[in-house]
Amino acid sequence: MSDAYRLHSVAFTYPLASFPAIDHLSLSIPEGRTTALLGPNGAGKSTLMDILLRWKKPDSGTVLLFGKPLEQYSKIELGQSVALVPQEESSRFAFNVLEYVLFGRSPYLHQLATPSAEDIKLSIEAIREVGLGQCVNRSVTTLSGGEYQLLLLARALAQGARLLLLDEPTSSLDPGNTAMVVRILKKLASRGITLFFTTHDPSIAAELAQHVAMLRDSTLLYSGETAEALTPELLSELYHTPMQTFTHAGRLLVGRK
Amino acid sequence: MTQKQHVDPLPRKEDPEVTRYRMVNLHHRRQLIGMLCLLLALIVLSLLSGRYPIAGISNPFAISQDRLLGTIILNVRLPRVILAIFGGAVLAGAGFVFQMLFANPLVEPGFLGVSQGAAFGAAGAIILFGYSATMIQISASFFGLSGLIASYILAKRFRFGGWILRLVLSGIAVGALFSSGLSILKLFADPTTNLQDITFWMMGGLWNSSWSIVVSVLPTMLVTLCILAASRWRINLLSLDDRTAHSIGLSPAKERSLLLFVATMGTTAIISTAGLVGWVGLIIPHISRRVFGSDARFALPGSLVLGALFLLTCDTLGRTLLSGEIPLGILTSIIGSAIFIGLLLRKQTEVKL
Repeated sequence: MSDAYRLHSVAFTYPLASFPAIDHLSLSIPEGRTTALLGPNGAGKSTLMDILLRWKKPDSGTVLLFGKPLEQYSKIELGQSVALVPQEESSRFAFNVLEYVLFGRSPYLHQLATPSAEDIKLSIEAIREVGLGQCVNRSVTTLSGGEYQLLLLARALAQGARLLLLDEPTSSLDPGNTAMVVRILKKLASRGITLFFTTHDPSIAAELAQHVAMLRDSTLLYSGETAEALTPELLSELYHTPMQTFTHAGRLLVGRK
Repeated sequence: MTQKQHVDPLPRKEDPEVTRYRMVNLHHRRQLIGMLCLLLALIVLSLLSGRYPIAGISNPFAISQDRLLGTIILNVRLPRVILAIFGGAVLAGAGFVFQMLFANPLVEPGFLGVSQGAAFGAAGAIILFGYSATMIQISASFFGLSGLIASYILAKRFRFGGWILRLVLSGIAVGALFSSGLSILKLFADPTTNLQDITFWMMGGLWNSSWSIVVSVLPTMLVTLCILAASRWRINLLSLDDRTAHSIGLSPAKERSLLLFVATMGTTAIISTAGLVGWVGLIIPHISRRVFGSDARFALPGSLVLGALFLLTCDTLGRTLLSGEIPLGILTSIIGSAIFIGLLLRKQTEVKL
């Protein structure tokens, strides 16, 4: 199986910081699968996301995206290959859902172009795919938290990327909305889209991901199959607190001891 | 496009959502054309209105008989009308771009030290060189742009807060510096000549319009309008935060700086001749979003046309209502703030504050 991302000995230190945010990190993110990134606050998860997005440039080390060095991608190429689903986003302007999802088409449009009929068709398909078909003309300022998350997913889909990076996709959602987002994410994964998401909830990782990467103290603690990663021992070590796991109706649940 | 058209043997039913989108576009296009027609009518009306031969509206058929009337229309009223429509479009367009780029519906070039810098520059030019239109324009553009750059550099140096907050704060600081500089200039200005010129210029007006002024400021304004109108869809994307904009293939810092520069140059061009004309850049984008929705693809062109309509209306009223002229800036402030209050009192909003 090939890798979507392959990082080798990546390091990054913020200006004026006394210790690195990412320290000699080597990690592979398999293609066509779902990978969860777990780690306590301040472990470097956001910094790692920024590096994967090329929003931050590592001080040293190499990052390969689909086998090609990340820095060799043009902006357009990168936008067509990797889409971001940010954790918190809100628009001050009352765009409607279709107008907002159309933003995802920008890597396919010339600087001074406006969206074509094809872009509109693809965006509407993306909106239906995430189940917002009834909201095409609603203002994004009236969407609920769960609907907004689906909207961001639709925009990422309209971007036509093979890989989605998701910042804590369920952290601010109630159980009902979480279930809705999880269902859509599973559907996307089954279509062969590579998902990579950060989360503070190991149970969500167990539910969605086949692969888990654990980040602690700026470097990789463990990376492997979900079943082997989500053990009480590793989780306790990761979060510096006693953790336990249960299996109920075939589902792995994680909690504090 | 040289793409081959695919012809369906059987007429297939179009997706209703696509149809809807097309219909909305068509509707907005018609609204824009309607507004342009209204603008055209207003231009004719404005050219015929004035105080010669008698106060009121002249008979268009009288022009062929009255050569002086023809000259007045061509050399006095026409340049003024041109400056009003393009100036209004530039002020409203710049306001729209500032609001989108800072994702803040309450900014206009008056933030970020642009207007204050331009005012300082103009006052300095009046004191040093007397009332010379060229020197005022050069100096106002220079200091307006300096205001923007100073705000930008200062914001980069701040070590706290998000980018937008830092930029607005540094804009306030730079604006205050230029304002106090302006007060100092007024203190030293000759009260019998320069001080009056400065004060009158600050009120804003187009009474000194001439073809030579049109020639000197119109090119800058035209370039501004073309660039803004051409980037209308992309301006939407720049209302997203930097990281997200980056993730959909933009270079947010570069593209923002370019558009802000363009909007600033256009603004200082019209400010240098018309003085401080407030409220256009704040109020017109709000009205346009109400008519066209938030998508800048229509709301930006709408702002340009509405801005032209607004400033031409104000200027025409300003020079015909009373026997003396009402300064343009005073009229735009009165009408603009009244409209603003009206907008805020209505429940439904196009923006989230």
